[in-house]
Amino acid sequence: MAKATFDVPELTPYTEVPAVTPEAMAHSAPFVSKAEFQAPLGFPGELVEDWQTRAIDKMGELLGKYRSLRVYLDSCVKCGACTDKCHYFLGTQDPKNMPVGRQDLMRKVYRRYFTLGGRFFPKLVGAEDFTKEVLDDWYSYFHQCSQCRRCSVFCPYGIDTAEISMAAREIMDSIGVGQKYCNEIIGKVYKIGNNLGLPGPALVDTLEGLEEDVFDETGVKVRYPIDEEGAEILLVTPSADFFAEPHVDGLIGYGKVFHAAGVSWTLSSHASEAANFGMFIGSYDNMRRVAQRIREAAIALKVKRIVFGECGHAWRVAYSFLNTLAGPWDFLDPRYPVPQHICEFTHDLIEQGRLTFDKSENDDKVITFHDSCNVARASRMGEVPGGQFEIPRAIIRATCNHFYDMDEDTIRDRTFCCGGGGGLLTDDLIELRVKGAKPRLDALNNVMQEKGVTHMAAICAICKSQFTKVLPYYGMEMDQIVSLHQLVSNAIVLEGGEDDDEEDAPAAA
Amino acid sequence: MAFLTHFYAVLFYVAAFVLVSGLVVKVVRYARTPAPLKIPTTPAPTSRSGVALRMTREVVLFESLFRGNKWTWIFGWIFHFGLFLVTLRHLRYFIEPVWAPIALVQPFGIYGGIAMVIGLIGLWARRFLVDRVRYISSTSDHLMLALLVLIGASGLLMKFVFHTDVVAIKSFFLGLYALDPQPLPADPLLLLHLLLVALLMIVFPYSKLLHAPGLFFSPTRNQVDDPRERRHLAPWARELEQQAPAASSDPRG
Repeated sequence: MAKATFDVPELTPYTEVPAVTPEAMAHSAPFVSKAEFQAPLGFPGELVEDWQTRAIDKMGELLGKYRSLRVYLDSCVKCGACTDKCHYFLGTQDPKNMPVGRQDLMRKVYRRYFTLGGRFFPKLVGAEDFTKEVLDDWYSYFHQCSQCRRCSVFCPYGIDTAEISMAAREIMDSIGVGQKYCNEIIGKVYKIGNNLGLPGPALVDTLEGLEEDVFDETGVKVRYPIDEEGAEILLVTPSADFFAEPHVDGLIGYGKVFHAAGVSWTLSSHASEAANFGMFIGSYDNMRRVAQRIREAAIALKVKRIVFGECGHAWRVAYSFLNTLAGPWDFLDPRYPVPQHICEFTHDLIEQGRLTFDKSENDDKVITFHDSCNVARASRMGEVPGGQFEIPRAIIRATCNHFYDMDEDTIRDRTFCCGGGGGLLTDDLIELRVKGAKPRLDALNNVMQEKGVTHMAAICAICKSQFTKVLPYYGMEMDQIVSLHQLVSNAIVLEGGEDDDEEDAPAAA
Repeated sequence: MAFLTHFYAVLFYVAAFVLVSGLVVKVVRYARTPAPLKIPTTPAPTSRSGVALRMTREVVLFESLFRGNKWTWIFGWIFHFGLFLVTLRHLRYFIEPVWAPIALVQPFGIYGGIAMVIGLIGLWARRFLVDRVRYISSTSDHLMLALLVLIGASGLLMKFVFHTDVVAIKSFFLGLYALDPQPLPADPLLLLHLLLVALLMIVFPYSKLLHAPGLFFSPTRNQVDDPRERRHLAPWARELEQQAPAASSDPRG
């Protein structure tokens, strides 16, 4: 078990709602971004002199640009329905991690400067000046929200704390208080093309290696092409898929599916990253700039379709925002939605009976499925609402003999965040990440005990990385988390192409 | 007597003006503020009619709250439905002749009044008994509940204990339409009741009571889930595009 400098919560059969412990996580804050990471995004390098005025001005600007922000800051009645819904509250007991508690950090400032009640009777309505202490609280607690939107599901007005968190981070960035993790990564995307800073030649090497590995294992020449002009499909996938476990097993799976479908496809070194951290920091400009790379790659490579690999927030940006940020997509094949999720692609083939599986290849596993928050509550797959829940499960059922869902209260649109989403997947927030994972791991542990579940499949790079890191803190194994297309990869029966045997021949001779 | 009548007449003119103008300003502002991105909480309806149905379930049944917290839902729904019946019952003071449905609803309005107060007391109790709700409650949350409970209780007392001259009340309000206020009965309970109602009308557009119009403008609830089919672009985002044109799909461009 990993060593922790904090108390790791004990798992319970069902997640209990803790008593509130004020300031329990007040010490948690991520590293502040240095000037060098701020500049490429168009933000001041350090806290500006007249930060208070500029922050209030920025808030006013955002209130005029985002209806969500304006309506949500006005509408809360403090009914309490959200108070026991956030995984970070359930894991840390800090009341400022209750969604309404977090929103109120901004709401009290909004009321002070933008409402009559707050101007004249601040005490009465809980309005407060935007002091340095309040700013510090913002920095701490708006980086304890993974923007998973679970609170929004249960709010009678649909108030989405993610919208407030994004606005808060945008305001903080605008006065020079950025978060190192997110902003450094966005800079890498601009400079190199992906979050991990993998340059084009390294990607080419990696993909060649994958082709060899898959050939050695299956005897079939499955291709993992990059920058191939004229391919039918552009695959945009999180850069973790290129090398990290269990991500890469998913990428191997996508390639096998494309191979079986007989379609040409390509990755792009220009858009070698599906993730778009511009969303996490609430910056429309940066989110748009990151999204434009995909348009540029699609045009340069003359593809007809765009498919996204397994990534939660990337699928939100892709499904919900890409048409807005980088559309219109009128130059692509109109017979297919733009973009498509790899799960939609695989599922369509399964429905058409075009994939053959040997399910027994996954018989060493009893699988459960983790609905990633951004896929579950901020996007869709397929034609019907809720397809984002049914399609991945249908793929699991088609490829595995043993599948059990976790407790109903913790899956589908009530799923718990992995604890590392929203730009919090950084070691400087490890206590928060471990504690925030508790509700999900309570439910996982429950199906492990009751149904003998051994592995949890996910379709999000952040979820996979987060679980790999935090499972050991709870005495579980890091490899219990698998990619969904890893299961597909294990079970798929590939037919060899004509040239497959040729390479075998010299070896045999 | 004349002073009292005139005071209340002016009070209700002011209250009605503040309520209507304040709400109009807010609603216009909500309507004019763009929602630049598609953010419905999914699964969401894929058509406008589906959204209308979703909103109806939210407004009438408090569907999300039902999923969120059963106690808050039961007390909240009892209160709001009770308030709805009470409002219908009170319409008889403001219209002449009284419409048949309003006449029919009269007895239910009394139950509504009782339900309303019970619901409010339940909601208020949660603000003391549940530590999380106690933590998030501010003075204004308690005062708002006190205001509504007092309105309900004074109304019920007039119905069941200290009757007042309802005919005179009706002529007072009908007189306000013609700028010709008729004498208001000087019953303390009635005066308290009306004072508090006027206060409620005045604070409505400046308080959390904005949740009523707010719900209809909530993008997570009122947006159609069709981002791949329809390009959604806010006016300010369109301007952004014109400043820095997107990469062109035209190879010559």
